[in-house]
Amino acid sequence: MNIHEYQAKQLFDRYGVPSPKGKVASTPEEAVAAAKEFEGSQLVIKAQVHAGGRGKGHFKNGFKGGVHLIESADQAGEFAEKMLGETLVTIQTGEEGRLVRKVMVAEAVDIEHEYYLSILMDRDTSRPVIVASTEGGMSIEDVAHDTPEKILRQFVHPLLGLQGYEIRKLAANLGLAGDQAKQFGKLLNNLYKLFISCDCSMLEINPLVTTPDGRVLCLDAKFGFDDNALFRHPDIVEMRDTEEEDPREVAASEYDLNYIGLDGNIACLVNGAGLAMATMDIIKHYGGDPANFLDVGGGATKEQVAAAFKIILGDPNVKGILINIFGGIMDCNVIAEGVVAAAKETGLPIPLVVRLEGNNVEAGKATLAASDIDIIAGDTMSDAAQKIVAAVQ
Amino acid sequence: MAILIDENTQVLIQGITGGFGGRHAKLSLDYGTQVVAGCTPGKGGQTFEGKVPIFHPVSQAVSETGATASAIFVPPPFAADAILEAVDAGVELVVAITEGIPVMDMMKVREAMKGAKSRLVGPNCPGLVTPGHGENSHGGCRIGIAPGYIHKRGNVGVVSRSGTLTYEAVYQLTSLGYGQSTCVGIGGDPINGTSHLDVLKMFNDDPETEAIIMIGEIGGNAEAEAARWAKDHCKKPIAGFIAGATAPPGRRMGHAGAIVGGDEDTAEAKKKILAECGIAVAETPSDMATTLLEKWGK
Repeated sequence: MNIHEYQAKQLFDRYGVPSPKGKVASTPEEAVAAAKEFEGSQLVIKAQVHAGGRGKGHFKNGFKGGVHLIESADQAGEFAEKMLGETLVTIQTGEEGRLVRKVMVAEAVDIEHEYYLSILMDRDTSRPVIVASTEGGMSIEDVAHDTPEKILRQFVHPLLGLQGYEIRKLAANLGLAGDQAKQFGKLLNNLYKLFISCDCSMLEINPLVTTPDGRVLCLDAKFGFDDNALFRHPDIVEMRDTEEEDPREVAASEYDLNYIGLDGNIACLVNGAGLAMATMDIIKHYGGDPANFLDVGGGATKEQVAAAFKIILGDPNVKGILINIFGGIMDCNVIAEGVVAAAKETGLPIPLVVRLEGNNVEAGKATLAASDIDIIAGDTMSDAAQKIVAAVQ
Repeated sequence: MAILIDENTQVLIQGITGGFGGRHAKLSLDYGTQVVAGCTPGKGGQTFEGKVPIFHPVSQAVSETGATASAIFVPPPFAADAILEAVDAGVELVVAITEGIPVMDMMKVREAMKGAKSRLVGPNCPGLVTPGHGENSHGGCRIGIAPGYIHKRGNVGVVSRSGTLTYEAVYQLTSLGYGQSTCVGIGGDPINGTSHLDVLKMFNDDPETEAIIMIGEIGGNAEAEAARWAKDHCKKPIAGFIAGATAPPGRRMGHAGAIVGGDEDTAEAKKKILAECGIAVAETPSDMATTLLEKWGK
C-alpha cells in the first residue's frame, strides 16, 4: 500500500518527525489560504499522485511540471487551477497519466547537505536495520555499488529497541555535531517509533537535509506498510487511495484475491502463490507472456473464482487464459463450477486451457465437459502451458 | 526414521474448534495421525469429534496427553501469542499454519524463542507430512493442511516455501513411483522459524532420506545459504526449483516474503547459485521430479 506525500507529512507531524511546513489543498481557494498561512517562506506547490518524476512531468492540458516554485499566494491559486482535476503524465505513470485531485503547498527549504536515512526489516537477521549515508539525494543502490564504505548500517534489537548510543554513533559517523546531532537524534528516535508503531516494512527518507539556518528535516519520504498488520491500523487503511491503484487490483482485493497485473497476453488463474508464480514462469518458458499473477488461495469459493475470471477477462490485452489448479484440499469441482458460471455470464471470446489435478478432480472435469464451453484440457503444467501459448499465437 | 515427525508423534491442535482448524484436524485423524489434544481458550473440557479432548491452557494439554508437536490454526492477531504459549508449555515442534501474521509479531517471537528447546516451522506454511505405510500413505503423521493421499512412503525429502508447489512435486514423485521420507513446508513469510538450511541438515542426517527436492522462490537469500552449505556438506543428490522468474521487482507476489528487492533476490541469481553448488535445477515446475531422478541416477 502506498500513501501520498501529504499523508506522509501527517504521519511525520503525529510522531514529531520534522519536515518542511506544508498543507494539502483540494481547491485553488484552499491553495491560496495555505500559501497565505506560510507567508514569508519561499513556497512550492506539488501535485499529489503516487508516481515519481512529478517535476519533469506534464499535464494533458499542456501545462508543464507537477512541481512549481510560487512567488505569491495568488500564484498558488493559479497553479492549483491548472493542476487540480487535470491529468499528470510522468515517467512512472505511463501514457494514461494520473488525475490530480489534491495539491500540497509547502515550504521550499534551502539545502546545506543531503543525507540518506532509512529503516527496514532485515529478513536475514529478523530485526530492523537503519541504513544511513552522507550521500543523499541520489539512488542509494548506486552509492552502495560505487562507494559501499559510505553506507552505514545499525541493527536494532527487536525487544530493546533503538538505544541512545546507537543514535549517537550514527550521528557521529554522518559527521553531525552539536545542535544538529541533537536534532538528528530526536528525529531518528521518533522516526523509529513511527516505524514500529505503524508496522512499517520500509521507511525511506531521501534526502534528509540540513539547512543553512541549522535545521535537520525529512524532505522526501517513501513508506511501505506490512499488509498483514493493517488490521490494527484503521487510520492507515483510510489513507489508501484506490484511485491511484490498478483498477483490476482494486477489484481483486474486494474479493480477497491476490492479483498483480502485468503486460503480457496470457492470463492465469491459479491456487497458491508459489504455484501461481511457477505458472507465470512456465508460460514464459514456452515463449508466452503472462498477463497477471493471480492466486485464488486455498479455500476459494465459487463466487471468488467467478470474480477472478471476470477480472482477467476485463483486461483488453488478454488473448488466452490458463487455469492451473492443484486441488490438494480444495475441491476441483468448486473451481470448475466457478469457471462455468463466469463463462456463461460473460461469454468466452478467447481460448481457455484448464489443468485440474487433485481432490475431486473427476467431478471437476465432468462439470467442465458437461458445459458447452469450449475448453482445452491440459494434462500437466507443461502440457497446459504449451497448449495456451500455441492457442494465442 | 524420517525427520521431525513420525507415525508415533502425538499432535496437539491449537484452534481446533475453528472452521479451518477443525476441518484439518479431522483430515489428520482420517489420515491416521495421532491427534491427542485440542486447545481453544474457554472450551476446555469439551471434546472434538467425540474423541479428541479439548484443553485450556496449552500447558494442561501437554501435561495430560504428552503431546510433543502442535499445529497452530489461530487467527493472525492471536497467532504470535499462541506460538509463545506452545513454546512455554515445552512443545518440541510448533507448526504455525496461520497466514497473515504481522512481521513485527514474528520478529518478537523469533527473539523470544532464542534459547528455547522448541522448534518453530512456519508461519504461513502447509505444515509437514511423514507418509505412513498404508494405502494412500495412510497411518502417517500429517500436521497442517497438505493433502495426505498424494503422498507415498519412501526416500525423497521435500522442503519448500510454497504449499501447492510442494504438492506438485510430491504428486510428480508419487506418480513416478517414488515416495517421500518427510515433506516440510517452511512457509512464505520473510521471518520464519525453520529455514531451507535447517531442513537440509536434517535430511542429510536422516538415513531414510536418500535424495532431496528443495523448492524456493524470489526474495531473501535462504535458498542460496542452503545451497552453499550443501556444496560442501550434503552427500545426497538434490534437485531445486525457484519460482518467480517472471515476477516484477518490488511487488509482493502473494507470499509476504516473495519480493524481489535486490540483484541477489531474483530467480535467475538463485538458480545460478544452486547450479554452482551442484544442485540440479529444474527448468520448469513440471520437471521437479524428473530432474531429481536424473541427478539421482534412477
